[in-house]
Amino acid sequence: MTVILNQSFTGISIGAVLLLIALGLTLTFGQMGVINMAHGEFIMAGAYTTYVLQKSISSAGVSLLVALPLAFLVAGAMGALLEWLLIRRLYTRPLDTLLVTWGVSLMLQQLARDIFGAPNVQTSAPDLLTGNISLGGGITFANSRLFILGLALLCVLGLTLILRLTPLGRRIRAVVQNRDLAEVSGIATGQVDRITFFIGSGLAGVAGVALTLVGPIGPTMGTNYIVDAFLVVVVGGIGRLKGSVITAFALGVLQSVLEYSTTVSVAKVIVLVAIVAFLQWRPQGLYTLRTRSLA
Amino acid sequence: MSGLSISRRGLLTGISAVGASAALSACGAKTGSDTSSAAGAKADTSGDTVKVGLLNSLSGTMAISEVTVHNALLLAVKEINAAGGVLGKKLKPISQDGASDWPTFAEKAEALITDDKVAATFGCWTSASRKAVKPVFERYKSPLFYPVQYEGLEESPYIFYIGATTNQQIVPALDYLKKQGLTKLYLVGSDYVFPRTANKIIRAYAKANGMEIKGEDYAPLGSTEFSTIVNKVKDAGADAVFNTLNGDSNVAFFKEYKSAGLTAKSLPVLSVSIAEEEVKSIGTQYLEGQLTAWNYYQTTPGAANTKFVAAYQAAYGKDKPTSDPMEAAYISVYLWKDMVEKAGSFDIAKVKAASDGIELDAPEGKVTVDGASQHVYKTARIGRVGADGLIEEVWNSGKPIKPDPYLKGYSWASGLS
Repeated sequence: MTVILNQSFTGISIGAVLLLIALGLTLTFGQMGVINMAHGEFIMAGAYTTYVLQKSISSAGVSLLVALPLAFLVAGAMGALLEWLLIRRLYTRPLDTLLVTWGVSLMLQQLARDIFGAPNVQTSAPDLLTGNISLGGGITFANSRLFILGLALLCVLGLTLILRLTPLGRRIRAVVQNRDLAEVSGIATGQVDRITFFIGSGLAGVAGVALTLVGPIGPTMGTNYIVDAFLVVVVGGIGRLKGSVITAFALGVLQSVLEYSTTVSVAKVIVLVAIVAFLQWRPQGLYTLRTRSLA
Repeated sequence: MSGLSISRRGLLTGISAVGASAALSACGAKTGSDTSSAAGAKADTSGDTVKVGLLNSLSGTMAISEVTVHNALLLAVKEINAAGGVLGKKLKPISQDGASDWPTFAEKAEALITDDKVAATFGCWTSASRKAVKPVFERYKSPLFYPVQYEGLEESPYIFYIGATTNQQIVPALDYLKKQGLTKLYLVGSDYVFPRTANKIIRAYAKANGMEIKGEDYAPLGSTEFSTIVNKVKDAGADAVFNTLNGDSNVAFFKEYKSAGLTAKSLPVLSVSIAEEEVKSIGTQYLEGQLTAWNYYQTTPGAANTKFVAAYQAAYGKDKPTSDPMEAAYISVYLWKDMVEKAGSFDIAKVKAASDGIELDAPEGKVTVDGASQHVYKTARIGRVGADGLIEEVWNSGKPIKPDPYLKGYSWASGLS
């Protein structure tokens, strides 16, 4: 029983990390059809923002709290800039976005190496987040993981509220469903694209802050997560927030349960095989977007 | 659906690009080996300076460890030059970045030998990188001085192993754990050659010594997700963890370890790849009280070490610690210098012949080269991480141990190869 509870929590916490990373991709890949290989580098930007802040603010707790909004702004601004410079010229050529953003991702990694040095760096977590909550009987929940879980849920809630309730959200959904009709209805689709990209990239930055609690910060840290994040988006159903949330947690739990009973590598293989089988059965993913556009 | 077909096609494009570049680099290697028989690969020692190659990961997941080794090598070269060089020639260090990527190591090793015509190369950290460059050094008959402890079971006529082999590190570490009554072990390692071979040796030792292995888990090199492995460790009922993780996976592992409420008191971890530099960057709060096994610590007493630490900190900063692989790298340049001077020549065959019995009063204490195996006699040391991030010795073997890479002196190791 203890094992099951501990492992479920571990799975959910892995899922929360995946979700944080996939949220931004759900917007940019899912809703806009852009395969953004530089998404991982926005994660890195968020992590380095935390690192820089911790160098200048000595209190780990304060620097983490300041890092969250700041990383969102930094990564978001980088995303908006990327959209304005390159991606907006490629909206009808999704394969090209893959190649271009891959190039950008390599350049950003090199830039990080030049600025922060090649070796990876670490931040120290606030004392509050290094401990754990013990429920007795060997059941423990790591505080840092609970924090990441809360952060992920908060981001999902925020994104849902924006998409459902605000005028901006209505415009984003309109552009996704039918870009041409949205355009002739007077929506500045270019502007909506940029804001969407800003939010999506900003969420990657927030994910980067969360990852500093788990492991080291380095120029290539984003590449560790980008494939898993794409898997979440594709399996969840392209462009569906609900699908991404369910898939992230399901994959996290599946991965951790398999890891417990086998090994890390075997678990990875089984998860990938399961995903391939699932996509054979439901190529459109868990949820499908009903759209009136012809694309 | 459209997104799917796009990513599949994208994947294919990527795969074919990788295939093409692999084919291209294979061609490069081929032409390289054609020139090897010619004078092209011969070390160039005709001028006033002699080039030496420094081959370390200056980027990637291993850079956290290997940059310090690179710094120590540069320090030794600088000191030797200041004292007049080797056979009257100044050394010119040529640095190459292996980038934590094994094929890159092989490529850069070949470039050092064929383009720069170095007299000797110093470096590599992971066994995977050493295995990748081994055929290159053997093909060109050029020496590599390898400064890190490793899993043993290997000898190469062109590699000098300056770090510990298993009977100088892992076996003494197991002896120590057994003496402390910590007989139920959990093995955690990175998924590549060193941890897998080390754990095979540990299992053989455990079987012969009445110890119990409660579990064995590997994470991919560079992996940062350890929550499940830590859960397994916690539930296994072990007395101690034997840690062969490499690089910054250790950061994630020890963060998770502390989060799970495990401490050096409740379940000690003995690590064989964490030295002072790693302790500092992982964070002392995560490692205090944990055990390590090496041949050298910054706190090792002796005049040679006082001088080494002072020289290193003068060059790289007061707060920079020294560590075992750095020390081995540092003395490897001096050992090579002594071999060359004893041979009176940079010629590899003469250097090899002169190597046996070369002695050095090293920061770790006396070391002696064993010409037969091209390893060195080293003193084994177990240490505990202190609150200041430095490692205090809690036990040592008293005298340098003869290197035994194939563990021929241990009956339980007879089945290993």
